[in-house]
Amino acid sequence: MNVANTILSFAAPAEPARIMNTTPNSRFIVSFEAATPEDHARMGGKCAGLARMTAHGVSVPSGFAVTTDAFTAHMKSPGLAARVDALLASINVDDVVDQEAKSAQIRALIVAAEMPHEVDVSIRSAYGRLGTGADQPVAVRSSATAEDMPDASFAGQQDTYLWVVGADDVVTRVKACWASLFNARAISYRARNHIEGIAVEMAVGVQKMVDAVAAGVAMTLNPINGDRTKIVIDSAFGLGEPVVSGEITPDHFVVEKVLLEILSRRIVEKDHELVPDRAARRTIDRVIESARRTLPSLSDAEVIAVARLAKSLESFMGCPQDVEWAVDRDLPPGANVVALQSRPETVWSRKAPVARRSYALGVDGVLSTLMAPLQHKK
Amino acid sequence: MTILAKFPSPYDLEAPAGAEGWQEMYPYYLLFQDRLREQEDGRFWFCDSQHWPSPFKPFDTVTVEFAVKCLGQYNTRHYLIPPANGVDYRIHNGYCYMSPVAVAPEDIAARVPQFLERAGHYFQNWDKLLDNWHKKVRANIADMEALRFEKLPEVVPLDWIKDGVGLDNTYALMETYDRAIQLLYKTWQYHFEFLNLGYAAYLDFFGFVKEQFPTIPDQAIAKMVQGVDVDLFRPDDELKKLAKLAVSLNLDKLLATGSVDEALAAMGKAPGGAQWLAAWKEAQDPWFNFTSGNGFYSDDKYWVEHLDIPLGYIRSYAARVRNGEDIDRPTARIAAERDRITSEYRALLAPEAVDVFDGKLGLARVVFPYVENHNFYIEHWSMSVFWRKMRDLSAILHAAGFWNDPNDMFYLDRQEVRDALFDYANAWAVGVNPIGPHYWPAKIAARKTMLAALSKQPPQPALNTPPEVITEPFTIMLWGITTESINRWLSGTANSKMLVGMAASPGKVEGRARVIRSASELGLIEEGEILVTPVTAPSWAPVFGKIKATVTDIGGMMSHAAIVCREYGLPAVTGTGSATSTIRTGQMLRVDGSTGEVEILL
Repeated sequence: MNVANTILSFAAPAEPARIMNTTPNSRFIVSFEAATPEDHARMGGKCAGLARMTAHGVSVPSGFAVTTDAFTAHMKSPGLAARVDALLASINVDDVVDQEAKSAQIRALIVAAEMPHEVDVSIRSAYGRLGTGADQPVAVRSSATAEDMPDASFAGQQDTYLWVVGADDVVTRVKACWASLFNARAISYRARNHIEGIAVEMAVGVQKMVDAVAAGVAMTLNPINGDRTKIVIDSAFGLGEPVVSGEITPDHFVVEKVLLEILSRRIVEKDHELVPDRAARRTIDRVIESARRTLPSLSDAEVIAVARLAKSLESFMGCPQDVEWAVDRDLPPGANVVALQSRPETVWSRKAPVARRSYALGVDGVLSTLMAPLQHKK
Repeated sequence: MTILAKFPSPYDLEAPAGAEGWQEMYPYYLLFQDRLREQEDGRFWFCDSQHWPSPFKPFDTVTVEFAVKCLGQYNTRHYLIPPANGVDYRIHNGYCYMSPVAVAPEDIAARVPQFLERAGHYFQNWDKLLDNWHKKVRANIADMEALRFEKLPEVVPLDWIKDGVGLDNTYALMETYDRAIQLLYKTWQYHFEFLNLGYAAYLDFFGFVKEQFPTIPDQAIAKMVQGVDVDLFRPDDELKKLAKLAVSLNLDKLLATGSVDEALAAMGKAPGGAQWLAAWKEAQDPWFNFTSGNGFYSDDKYWVEHLDIPLGYIRSYAARVRNGEDIDRPTARIAAERDRITSEYRALLAPEAVDVFDGKLGLARVVFPYVENHNFYIEHWSMSVFWRKMRDLSAILHAAGFWNDPNDMFYLDRQEVRDALFDYANAWAVGVNPIGPHYWPAKIAARKTMLAALSKQPPQPALNTPPEVITEPFTIMLWGITTESINRWLSGTANSKMLVGMAASPGKVEGRARVIRSASELGLIEEGEILVTPVTAPSWAPVFGKIKATVTDIGGMMSHAAIVCREYGLPAVTGTGSATSTIRTGQMLRVDGSTGEVEILL
């Protein structure tokens, strides 16, 4: 079967004409749209994933990676590397307090150091071309290479800055992401696994923030039982972080994957949503007005659109996926569901599906079916 | 899941007012006998309102008798289905009730080797045997077409005297009637020659897929197996071809108004009209041997005798073509969808299961064309010819004064018709007037009254205590009788706002209900309504363009109605048990064909 044809028939509709000029690739900046496979290594895992998705026509918010080369250049700031090395060497790995304190110092050094001029200019220029330019809200996220950091289940804390507005802010957050390479957990992980200190690298993703009408998570199997014929979706109004973090109870949909039909819906009362506050340049938690609280956060058509998105990602990635998605307020209905992140599902995928018993074919098979009490079909 | 309670006993179900004495319309072996109460009440009976949604005229019981008896013979005497014999049946308060007959456990093992040999032969030689079946059925239809009922002449033809024949005209008349009944009997023997095995092979695939994917929707399995070029849809396809031809010749407005004769006459006069008329004529044989009923009733209307029906459908198709709509059945898309669904589920299987999947799917696809197509050749085409011949006979006896309406013969059962024929023959021979004209009209009037009274009361969905386990494949697949459906019926209208049935065809819609109990009411349906009925028939397909969804009382995944609804992309919920007695015309419904739920909104 031609995989490409399968992808093309299921991929969510591509984002409408990109009105912004994408920055051509450079040593320090690679945009998701223009990335080639050779660029992936220096984009880090998250950004490389977004680039691959874009290449296959899966809708993602546009953005770029600040490459590992930028990190390397920054760490070459005069004296920085030496002082970081010294602090690392001085850590007593069995002393949690010491580790935490030294980690904080390292991070402070990285953030305080001035970014190399070329890197700074590249970031500001790329940011300026993204969306509305000077005040385009973006998400700034760490995009580490997998070997350097604890695995995916540790991710999702301290590495994401939402609602970053303005070039100055972007630059600051990029440095904060670089610094997170040296949070206490990461340091002790590398120490235990004998990964040498300064050789590790961090890329950072800068991506247009979606003003989400609704957002959440989709898994291309049922996490309750590993059933791969299902896509389950958790959704809520507003941005998706509260769904991802588990701090709210979302609406829940179960979709049959092959027929793309909604099998069940559980709609809950939703009293809060996380929304962008443009004026305050951050996200705020807002009370939902009573009329909307018991409405489904997704229409049936949107549920199917999210399911299609997740399905195309699974097919493309070749394994069950855990997808973060959003319904973008600024895109037209029917073409407004975008993927924010997609990573392999780790629990059930490791277990291979098992055939339950041996079967006969032909008339012998028919015989055993007739002989088994046919209680009921569901 | 255990069964909760029991259904009423037929012995406690009185005749509705005005129908007292209905038993005299039916032969003794179709009734619940008083002397056998204990035995009969020890068995579970379910009402088959899917095939027989209206009370039986006496003659029409021939269809249930021949059909169900022949179903049974193949289980019991031909293929020896190990755990199941046939399905027993009775008539009560005008409706038929069925009871599957299980094989005694100690006898099952002995049947297995014979089943393997006999059923095995059919599975291994299916296509060859099926080709032969087509020849046999067409020959049978030709034999029925060749039957001639003629009124008795004043005198025996002179030629017969000169040729020394020594027989009168009544000899052939009576023989022709007996032959008609025998050819009908043959028709139903052929009907089931493959059907039980086809269903069993489908069930084998079905059960296997359910074990691999416990929550897979039934429809998904059906879609993997269903064919694309199905003879059952051919009549509708022919109508579409004629509609498109009329539009391409720019002659469709000639069909838009007037009676059939007027429209055809106008066609004849128009340039290019002869081409259309030739196509119209050619399509009729055999594709207009098609009924909006189901073929089991003497009053089913067949297109070939009611040309206004197909012409009406052609009119609406032509209007849609004029409107720029593509009315063709999207066969390429259906085939692609079938292949997509199949390959996607196949890709989710454990590696060891793939060969099994391929093998069982392969067999299911071999047998399925018969499961879908036989319906056209038997219920439509063969029955069309049979009923036509019976109406010819009824007309002759009507002309001889036996009854008041030309089609009143069907108020006699088939043995009484023999008696009436002999009465007619006898009077002719003896030179007196037949007794019939002084006997039958009153009897028929009384029977009409009883049947009208029986029609007013919807039947109980079942009788007596349901079994723990149902093993007969037909009961499950075709009638949709499962433990769950039984429990639904038992709980009755506990929640009268929500009905649950089989999710037979996906989609979710809202709309106004139109409750109809027979094909004669099809004209009442308005655009955008939701059809609620005991059962739909494949021949109602042209109407499906008007409605938003269908809801039925009875029917399983493999009922013809479910197949057609999926084909036409119409949401459907079947097997609700009580839709037609719970829902009223005009109520707002929400129908979800993906979950099997029907909600009454207002």
